This record gives sequence, structure tokens and C-alpha cells, in this order.
Amino acid sequence: MAIESMTLLKSRSHMSETLPAREQKDSTPHQAASAERQPAVSLSKLSPPASAETTTKLDPVISLRYERLNTWYGAFHALNDVNMDVPERQVMALIGPSGCGKSTLLRWTNRMNDLVADARAEGTLQLNELDVLAKTTDVVDLRRRVGMVFQKPNPFPKSIYDNVAFGPRLHLKISRSELDSLVEWSLRKAAVWDEVKDRLHQPALSLSGGQQQRLCIARAIATGPEVLLMDEPCSALDPASTARVEDLIFELKEQYTIVIVTHNMQQASRVSDRTAFFYQGRVVEVGITTDIFTRPEKKETEDYVTGKFG
Amino acid sequence: MRQGLDRYFVYFCIATASVSVAILVVLLTAIFVQGLPNLSWRFLTSPPSPHTAEAGIYPALFGTVWVCSACALFTLPIGVGTAILLEEFKPSSHAARMLHGIVQVNITNLAGVPSVVYGIIGLTAFVGMFGLLGAPSNPSFETGVRYYDQFLSEGDRGLLVPVAGRNAPDTTVRDGLTALLGKQRFRVNVIGENDPITEDPQLRAVTLRSDAEAGRISRKSWYYLQIPFGRGVLAGALTLMLVVLPIVIVSSQEALRGVPGSIREAAFGLGATRWQVVWNVTLPASVPGIMTGAILATSRAIGEAAPVLIIAGIVYIASAPGHLMDDYSVMPLQIYNWAQRPQKEFHALAASGIIVLLVILLSFNAVAVFVRQRLQKSRS
Repeated sequence: MAIESMTLLKSRSHMSETLPAREQKDSTPHQAASAERQPAVSLSKLSPPASAETTTKLDPVISLRYERLNTWYGAFHALNDVNMDVPERQVMALIGPSGCGKSTLLRWTNRMNDLVADARAEGTLQLNELDVLAKTTDVVDLRRRVGMVFQKPNPFPKSIYDNVAFGPRLHLKISRSELDSLVEWSLRKAAVWDEVKDRLHQPALSLSGGQQQRLCIARAIATGPEVLLMDEPCSALDPASTARVEDLIFELKEQYTIVIVTHNMQQASRVSDRTAFFYQGRVVEVGITTDIFTRPEKKETEDYVTGKFG
Repeated sequence: MRQGLDRYFVYFCIATASVSVAILVVLLTAIFVQGLPNLSWRFLTSPPSPHTAEAGIYPALFGTVWVCSACALFTLPIGVGTAILLEEFKPSSHAARMLHGIVQVNITNLAGVPSVVYGIIGLTAFVGMFGLLGAPSNPSFETGVRYYDQFLSEGDRGLLVPVAGRNAPDTTVRDGLTALLGKQRFRVNVIGENDPITEDPQLRAVTLRSDAEAGRISRKSWYYLQIPFGRGVLAGALTLMLVVLPIVIVSSQEALRGVPGSIREAAFGLGATRWQVVWNVTLPASVPGIMTGAILATSRAIGEAAPVLIIAGIVYIASAPGHLMDDYSVMPLQIYNWAQRPQKEFHALAASGIIVLLVILLSFNAVAVFVRQRLQKSRS
């Protein structure tokens, strides 16, 4: 871990483009330096040195690959032969009726289902080079690389600062000032900094629902993940907060691969590049979002996206 | 008719509620009328005495403080640890789940065992240690104690000769023997059985006849420890721990269960290990509940008389305990001791003792409420 971040501290090449513009007037040189450095740690594995802008369209790098993935809860066959690729720095929306396996797919991607006693999985699930389902996989490191945002905002009953600093404190040994700038960077990235900067040490539960959810996103990106999993992140939010989170997703995909589960068709069509339609544990159809919504190949997909069932 | 019944039912409920309030009021009034006259600083700082005007509750008060502090120190880590195991580390395999269930049922049942039964367990397990490690009066291990042979010199001063241990052979008076007089070490002036005594008082103070006989005494420091524990503070604290442990475990479990699963998931999702989730998230979030349970359990321990009666017995104690193996009394025992005497004056003392006990219990409960509200406010 330490060595990793060390090497990344040196590679400043693509750091500047991911850093938010900072007002230099109130930051000392030292602060500015550490603010530049710290996000570099969190972006560590994000971007291969290739210039992603040109390559993604022609030959997208696959961030997540599901091959013949079968999963069970006890005797219940939750996912049936899922084959799907999620290209890097794109938003993949998972749609489908309740109980069709969308959340299950997310919860296997960061192995949260390890906590479920009788859950098991077969097949291949790859995060870049990493075999996620292998017994030898370091779950702690996997979850650092795969951030998760949940359906209901679930900040810890701690201060705003401590919420964002939670992940970095687990994984990184960094100084107080580095941690400060990492927290600020994450909160800016999650578009919630301006609302909380004056009350970083107040309880996170005093924020509104929408602010809490953006705080949770900040918390998730503070560990420097490659992939963000979002399980219906807007279902507990009002329309205005939903719009802000959607804007945020649009910004975040420049840097992160995002898999988002949603029941809101409009949301899926607004925020995602690709969409997968799940039905009864199978992937019925997966493709470019506009194709799925305008000219689906399968009858079920058409029925679902036009609201005939589900 | 129906309206009438409805109204009468309300009256009935008010009446039943009033009964319990009335009982409490009568009880408190009776105790305060009887006990307040005796209550004074002197009552809090004097040992019990057959002269009721001089009697106080000081040794029992400090006995209670010692026993309950030690009890809380042992109970909290064990109780919270057990609760964490039962709530946060639920096993997945069938056999382990069975075992888990058995432990859970046992703890719930233990909460219902009469406390006097725990007194008997404490007597065999802590006081005597099943007789496997020597007797309490002749322990197999002790530390923090020095033994002396005490002689009475011809000048009527106590001379102390350090000896190796509790069962060391008696010291014989011979030339060259050195002894402690106060803090000073002196060479003993040995004279024969029938020799005349010198006139010099300085010399007389350290003069022993060759046939002088000694008594074995001990000086124990505050960290004195013996195994088996004997009827001291430690055995009492551990026995009370048995009484309140189920309460602490169950209330801590409830506090942990009250922590929403969603924030546990959030922590796991950030790559926290099980330990980190418990230590950084679940435990801090459940501290108010755990604290309340622990304080209520401690106030239960303060009020317990039966198990302590079996462990400590009713003996005259003139001072606060000096170490964890020391004899002690606790307030409920002292109150019982006074209340059982025929004289009216002692009953008044018992009432005064009850007031002190009640004040301590109520302040504990107040602290519990305060802590809970304070922590809840700071989190929401």
C-alpha cells in the first residue's frame, strides 16, 4: 500500500486534469502541495497512462467483466449466467423489476455478499486484472478499489470530516494536513464542499438527505476507488437533490467507472452510457443506452422501458 | 351505560396507578422522618458503634465503593465483549449457530437466577477456589505482604523482626538479632531470663529476654493479592459481577442491535475489517445504550445484599478496605445489621443508611439518563 502510493506520488502527469481548480490565495505553498499530492494517492489505480479520451471510443478498456456468473442465496438462483462488460469511465445503468438480481450483481462486485451466510457464486468476475471471486482475493483491498453508495444515505453518526476521513484512515498512513486536503478534495469532487466547509466537525446526520447522499459519495471516493457502485442512490431523495446527484454522476464518470442500479427509466437514460436490462436473474439485453431505450431488440425490454410491466 | 363504563375504567386505572405512587410516598416519608435526624457528616465518616450516637456508615460506604468499582471494572469488558461476540460475529455454520443459540439462551436464563445462588457459587469458586489452591487462611500464592514476628520489649515497645513468610519458623532471641522499632532498625539487646533490667529507657526499649515469645503479624500493601481470594473485596466484586453480567450483556446486545445495519454495510463497503467495523462504527454508536445498561447494572450491584452476605458475612469492620483481599462490609449489609436489632435507635440508624443508599442509587440513575441524553444529542 505504502509503496503503491509512493510510486504514484511521482506520477503527476495526469494529476492536474483530475484536480479541481483551487483558489491559491488562502492556501500556503505547503497546503497547495499536499492538496495536489493527496488526491494522487486516491487516484492511484484509476487511470492507466494511456490517453483515455481517444482510446475509449475505439477500443474501450474493460473495467469490469462478468462471465457466466451464477449466484445463489441458499437454493434461490439469484443470477443466471450473467455475461457483461463494463467499459472504463462509463456509466452502466442496471434496470429491471425488483428482485431481478441488479443489487445482487453489485453486492458481488465488491464481495459484500461475503457477509450473507448462504450466498455463493460461480463464474468469472474480473476487475481489471483482479479475479474478484477468488478465495485469495484481499476483500479489504477490493473494497477500497470498488466504492459503494447505498440506496438510503447512511453516513456514520460522526462528524462530516470523520465520515470522509474514515476510509483513508483505514487504508492510508498519512499526516493530518494530507488528510485535511484529501477530505476537502473528496467533498469538492462530490459537489458538497461549499455547503459543509464551515461545519466540517458537526454531525453528518444534521445534513439534509441530499447532502448526506453526496457526503456518502465523497466518503466512497476518498479511498481512491476505480469503480463506483450505486444502488438506487436517488430513490430516497427529492427531485432537486436527485438532479444534483445526477449532475455529479455525470462529472464523476470522467474519472470513475460507475455502475448504477435504478428504477427510474428517465434517470437511466439521462445518466448512463450503457444499460443492462435484468429480468428474473438474467441479463435480457445490454447495450448503448439510446439503443436500449429507442430500439430494443427484445420484446421484454421494450415492454419494460415503455412501462408495460415492472 | 357504555359511556359510564368508559369513565369508570379511567377512574380504575387512575386508582391503581395512585396505589404504587402512594406506597412510594409513604415509604420515603417514613424513612426520611426516621433517618434524617441522624444524618450528618459524622454519620458518613464514623465506623459503626454500639453507642448509637457515635455510629456511622463510613466503612460500609467505602466497602460499597470498592466492591462496586471493582465489579464494574470486571463486568464492563467481559459483558461488552460477550455482547459483541453474540451480535457482531454471528457464525454461519450450522453447529456453530447451535452453540451460539445455546450461549444466548443461557445468558438470558442466567439473568433470572436468584442472586443468593450466585453467592454460593462465589463462595466455592472465588473465596475457596474449590479448595484446589490451598485454604484462604493459608494461601498457595500471595504477594504484596511482609510478615514479622512481633516481640514486646522490656521497655513495653513492639519490636518487629522480619521473617521469610507466613509459615516461617518462629524467631528465637539470640545475640546479633536486629529488629524494627517504628521505622528504625536496632540491634536487639539480649539479656538472660533472670538478668536485671537496665535503667536506660533507650536501651530498655530494644531489650529482649532470651525466652521472649513472638506473635506473627503481617503488613499488607494496597496491591496485596492472594490465591485463593478469601472473603475479601475481590471475591465479593467477582460474585456481584456474576449477578450483573447477564444484565450488562443483554443491554449491550440491545444497544448493538439498535445500530442500523446500513452503517455497518457502509463501513464494510469502505474496506473495513470486522474488527474495524466494531471498533470504529458499531461500538461508538452503541455507547449510550451500553453506558446506560452498565450504570443500571452497577446500581443493582450496589443494592445487592444476599450474595455479599454469603461471601463477607456480618463482621464488625472499623475502617475502609485497604486492599482487594481486605475484609469489608457494604451498605445493604450494614443496614440489615442495624435493622435486625431490637432497639429503636438502631432502626433510626438503618433509616439513615437507607437514605445514603438511595441518594447514591438515584445519582447513579441520574448519571445514566444524563449520559444517554448527552450522547444522543451529540450524534443527531
